[in-house]
Amino acid sequence: MNQGEIVSMVDIVKQPGRLRRAPENFLSEAEIKAVGEGRRDFLRRSFLTAAGAAMTAPLLARASEGDVNILQNPEWTTTLGQPVAVRPYGLPSKHESQLVRRESPGLTRVGAASVSFAPLQGMFGIITPSGLHFERHHQGWYDIDPARHRLMINGSEPAFVKKAKVYNMDELMRLPSVSRIHFIECGANTGLEWGNVAVPTVQYTHGMLSCSEFTGVPLNLLLDDCGVDYRKARFVLAEGADGSSMTRTIPMEMVESGEVLVAYGQNGEMLRPENGYPLRLVVPGVQGVSWVKWLRRIEVGDKPYATKDEAVHYIDLLPNGQHRQYTSVQECKSVITTPSGGQALLDRGFYNVSGLAWSGRGRIKQVDVSFDGGINWQAARIEGPVQNKALTRFNVGWVWDGKPAILQSRAIDDTAYVQPTYGQLRLVRGTKSIYHNNAIQSWKVDENGEVSNVQVL
Amino acid sequence: MSRFSRSILALALAGATSVGFAFDHYKGIGRQATPAEVGAWDIDVRPDFKGLPKGSGTVDRGQEVFEEKCASCHGTFGESNEVFTPLIGGTTKDDIKTGNVKGLSSGDLPQRTTFTKVATISTIFDYIQRAMPWTAPKSMKPDDTYAVLAYMLNLAEIVPADFTLSDKNIAEVQKLMPNRNGMTTDHGMWPGASAAKGGMGNGGKPDVKNTACMKNCKTEVRIGSVLPDYARDAHGNLFDQNRSFGPVRGIKTGGAAAAATASADSGPLDLANRSGCMACHGVNNKIVGPGYNEVQARYKDQPDAAARLALKVKNGGQGVWGSVPMPPNGEMKEADINTLVAWILSGAR
Repeated sequence: MNQGEIVSMVDIVKQPGRLRRAPENFLSEAEIKAVGEGRRDFLRRSFLTAAGAAMTAPLLARASEGDVNILQNPEWTTTLGQPVAVRPYGLPSKHESQLVRRESPGLTRVGAASVSFAPLQGMFGIITPSGLHFERHHQGWYDIDPARHRLMINGSEPAFVKKAKVYNMDELMRLPSVSRIHFIECGANTGLEWGNVAVPTVQYTHGMLSCSEFTGVPLNLLLDDCGVDYRKARFVLAEGADGSSMTRTIPMEMVESGEVLVAYGQNGEMLRPENGYPLRLVVPGVQGVSWVKWLRRIEVGDKPYATKDEAVHYIDLLPNGQHRQYTSVQECKSVITTPSGGQALLDRGFYNVSGLAWSGRGRIKQVDVSFDGGINWQAARIEGPVQNKALTRFNVGWVWDGKPAILQSRAIDDTAYVQPTYGQLRLVRGTKSIYHNNAIQSWKVDENGEVSNVQVL
Repeated sequence: MSRFSRSILALALAGATSVGFAFDHYKGIGRQATPAEVGAWDIDVRPDFKGLPKGSGTVDRGQEVFEEKCASCHGTFGESNEVFTPLIGGTTKDDIKTGNVKGLSSGDLPQRTTFTKVATISTIFDYIQRAMPWTAPKSMKPDDTYAVLAYMLNLAEIVPADFTLSDKNIAEVQKLMPNRNGMTTDHGMWPGASAAKGGMGNGGKPDVKNTACMKNCKTEVRIGSVLPDYARDAHGNLFDQNRSFGPVRGIKTGGAAAAATASADSGPLDLANRSGCMACHGVNNKIVGPGYNEVQARYKDQPDAAARLALKVKNGGQGVWGSVPMPPNGEMKEADINTLVAWILSGAR
């Protein structure tokens, strides 16, 4: 890569994707070729469908009068569009095919125990479209028949519940429900970057992150319904119905607060199969692995469980050789999504720099942005209302003068915790922790407008 | 109604709406689980061995089962790094004495294996019983789970070759786990009560501190790392991963390889991906099952290959490529199966 290489403005103008101002560029290359070959009939043909009587002059001449997209109405303005329900379940525009979930090549070797990342580089606001929600499966996903799905609640000791119960979907969906917006972040998000820069774009650095409105039943309502002995049962085990039957331990204190949900709804529809259809646990502020998908069982107990995903994986290696176990909270973090790594700015001038901030401990209070690698900071504008343990969008205006710059964002939550730098994080946790990397992300803007991933200590 | 009784009523009403949740409160919702139902699903095993089924298995029997059900992914000696990270290796006799795997702090460890990390033997038992083998989870009987675990313990030189692991002696073996003292919960990332209050950790106190400095926060910007060239190109063409309009464009990266991947993104390869085939088969490499190149090489000269393979895709099979079974794919359309088979036999290009 041409890092640090100085590219003249002439070269920049030749780059693909730049704004095109010259009138001849209002014609496509094929059209220019046709005109060059003396064929003008294509113009006449297109005029037949055009409404205006003014469209008789040769296009090239008219182009000098302005934008042909204005002077000559396009087919969508001059012909009949499609009827309703052509696509009973709507799809994104065909022009949006670039923004899809993607895998990071070489990260895993088996697709059924892998990750696909959400395309944060092209997303707006705070809600993740359900089809772009990141995926993490441990033993493949299934589209479970909701009529055959059951949720069981029992105790590690029979005496811990007055009655071990089974619920079906009909019953769960009759119970009082709540709808809340929360982020979900994999504990290993940004894990590839603990030691050094490893991946090029925000999709791969931060894309194991999504935010949805979840609808479901507070878990404590169900535990109450089973008559749980809260004095003795201080830990909760959640278990999935997939082949891995993934299990994680959750503290009863969180459940008692009412924030842990047994959710079936996601962004106004049912959960997507990849996200646990028909039932998943929502554990706000806690890493995604605890949000057990295809939830089939809740066990209340008096001790934590040391399951595979809290005793072999999802443990954080420290420099002294110890692993931190049961690390669950996703600490305060932020990232600029536009512009971000692997993108190029089109030109000098004004940009709306935009990003996401979140905290597993509560609400975002403030986000600061730096354009000089962290020497000076300014407060960004936070798009409200700011929700508890949810993604929060921030924006700040910036005029790029064509000089190199390093963009950073730094979030502060309502516990007054300030997102740390790589230097601060590594001082305590080293570089082999894999999980819970919430360091300040830096994007370097070169003089040619290219943005790349760098780490500022 | 007196002022007093009105306020009592108001309190009672407030109580009813805010509490709401109570034992068996929602009439007609849920039913008691039968003992057999609880027994069928409640298979978890805790570090204190609560939930451990009775049973036993020898190292020898474990080797048989391991070679049959586990070795194709994990290697005969649990050493394979092909499909998953290795199970065995990186632990020493000294680690078994101390309960701390020294390689984790010395940096001598090229890669962390399962046995360098795990502190609790219950974790492995629970996981094998719950999720293994890969394509047929929950199919192992307790005795075979004990046996496989005994074999792994022997590979890790924790127990001798004539050892029989059972529910009676597993607690003793726990005392030999090489990294049994390697875990700490002394951190602020447990979202429940602190250790002092019966939970874990320090009650949520963060370990890293930054300050919200706004002006002249440092004198120089130290760049610790930049994106290496190979990593810039390793994720395909970034131009195609960004919108074609808006404030920015994706940078063109990845060269010819990325273009080739992009054009192959539809057709049979895409179908194989969507149908979940690629979880176990590579185009040019074995994963859990054989690579498509190997399938083609074996079947290409057989006249009835297409029909036979189509049947295998549909109904599953076992034995031709080893003992790991291929699951049936009854949900796949006949036409899709035929497309895939034809593609594989033509070289999966």
